[in-house]
Amino acid sequence: MLLTQPSRPVEGATAAHPAVAPSRRAPKRFTARRLLAFGWILPAVVVLAVFVYLPLVQNLGFSTLEWDIYSGSQEFIGAENYQRLVADPIFWSSLGNNVLYAVVSLVFQVFGAIVLAAIIESIRHDRWRRGLRAVYFVPSAISLTVAGLLFYFIYEPNLGLLNHALDAVGLGALAQPWLGQESTAMMAIIVMSQWQGFGYSTLLFAVAIQRIPSELYEAAAIDGIGAVRRFFTITLPLVREMTGLMIIVTIAGAFQVFNEVMVMTTGGPNNSTQVLGTWLYRNGFVRNDFGYAAAIATVIFVITLAIALVQLWINRRRRVEW
Amino acid sequence: MVTRLSFAGVIARVFMWTFLLCLVVVVVYPLTWMVLNGFKTNAELFGNPFALPMQWGWENYSDAWNRGVSNYLTTSILVTVTSTIATVFISAWAAYGLTRVEIPFSRTWATIILGGLMLAPTVALVPLVKMFQGMGLYNTFWALLILYTAFRIPFTTFLIRAYMIDLPREVDEAAEVDGASRWTAFWRIILPMCRPIIISVVILHILFAWNEYLFAMVFTSGTDMQTLPVGLTSLMSKHGTDYPVVFAGMVIAALPVVILFFVCQRYFVKGLADGIGK
Repeated sequence: MLLTQPSRPVEGATAAHPAVAPSRRAPKRFTARRLLAFGWILPAVVVLAVFVYLPLVQNLGFSTLEWDIYSGSQEFIGAENYQRLVADPIFWSSLGNNVLYAVVSLVFQVFGAIVLAAIIESIRHDRWRRGLRAVYFVPSAISLTVAGLLFYFIYEPNLGLLNHALDAVGLGALAQPWLGQESTAMMAIIVMSQWQGFGYSTLLFAVAIQRIPSELYEAAAIDGIGAVRRFFTITLPLVREMTGLMIIVTIAGAFQVFNEVMVMTTGGPNNSTQVLGTWLYRNGFVRNDFGYAAAIATVIFVITLAIALVQLWINRRRRVEW
Repeated sequence: MVTRLSFAGVIARVFMWTFLLCLVVVVVYPLTWMVLNGFKTNAELFGNPFALPMQWGWENYSDAWNRGVSNYLTTSILVTVTSTIATVFISAWAAYGLTRVEIPFSRTWATIILGGLMLAPTVALVPLVKMFQGMGLYNTFWALLILYTAFRIPFTTFLIRAYMIDLPREVDEAAEVDGASRWTAFWRIILPMCRPIIISVVILHILFAWNEYLFAMVFTSGTDMQTLPVGLTSLMSKHGTDYPVVFAGMVIAALPVVILFFVCQRYFVKGLADGIGK
């Protein structure tokens, strides 16, 4: 459907068709130019249409099928996959884990990162600022896979750092199989992802804070306004836009979690660390229940779309405000 | 401004630096531990996790290298390089078309291209597997090249477009007066002017492609086609408890991007400031 759009200018040319030759040539050249202009965006549009938008639409269709990948049989079952979803306790606990992920990430990777960035940017030596930003960013440069494996070993009961460190400071009683029991596994994964991700958002907030004119801070300092008040009256309001963006990105990211769970627990023990992404994977590619996996994908789609629309709405309202 | 240091001010400062340095330790110590473990024997690893390795040998690294890491590394480099080139060019063309060329319904096209930002790869996973199996691209290099390009075009275009929009109009007019075609104007004038954002976008794409896991895991299998992130997890499951080799593999996977970041840090931060700050 999208692919037929670029031919529109040609329709404009055929309207001029019955006219005499010279006037016919003029719109034709015009058309050729316009068609050429499409060339700039055509590769992006085609690639996105075929590999991003088409699968998205297909997914909706797939979610209404009972689809056995081995026999190849497909049967239309309407909303039955969604009814199964509502009755599936692991779907709900997965969703809950995604929400928990979002909340913790908002606290550390958005609000914690703003505070940290403000502290770093208040240091007077440029070398220290740059050094700290860079060191904190390193976990974000190494992949979630490497970070996940690293923390798998840190949490490991026999050779892990965490239990040995607790032992060393006399808290050996607190040592436990962090990833091996339902009560701590999800939190252990979330802690790892905060460790991995806080440097990235801190860097982005630091960049936003650098754009605030330094005169504002100087004037406030002359007026004897303390650092904490400067943070609330200058920094926080002036990085508002970046904060809004990061809140959206963080929440949307929390509903797409996959990598770290897959590497550290694959959803166990006893499905306690399943998130929507891994539950989709397990149903689609381990149990070969494609229709059910597609239904889970639709839920992820609806949630991420809703978050994006909220962002658009906020952006538009802000523009009106100004 | 800081000359009048009160007692409370000193306390606050000590507190602040203690906090910052503790955070440095929290970040650096696990990474150091990872590197050190790559040099240990299995017995040492299970003995005392805080101890230094008795001998500094490269056996674990060569072991990891021979057990597939060399293949994973090759695939990762190939996929990262090709998808970076494809993504950046397609996105730069699109950004140029959206900002500096008159195209009918240009707002609609912008929405279609940038709207891809909102779509999660997970949502398209099941149909994509079906599609790639049908096209015979499953478990090929092409699958990852196409997916890494398609799903990063919206973000990359978004950043380049934000930068291009602010370049002065006079540049295009001057080029047109000089008789330069659009094509020439793009390659010789506009693209070079976008260098700072192009550098940031290249670094961001390399970080993404090098570390991507979901697509790599679902669309490839076997040592020949797997990238480093997926390869590491199979190294882990295949070789049971030979953990030092896994640590060595992790270091090999992490080192290139960490070096890249430190070398390009200045450009990276500047480009982000110019691109995202808008």
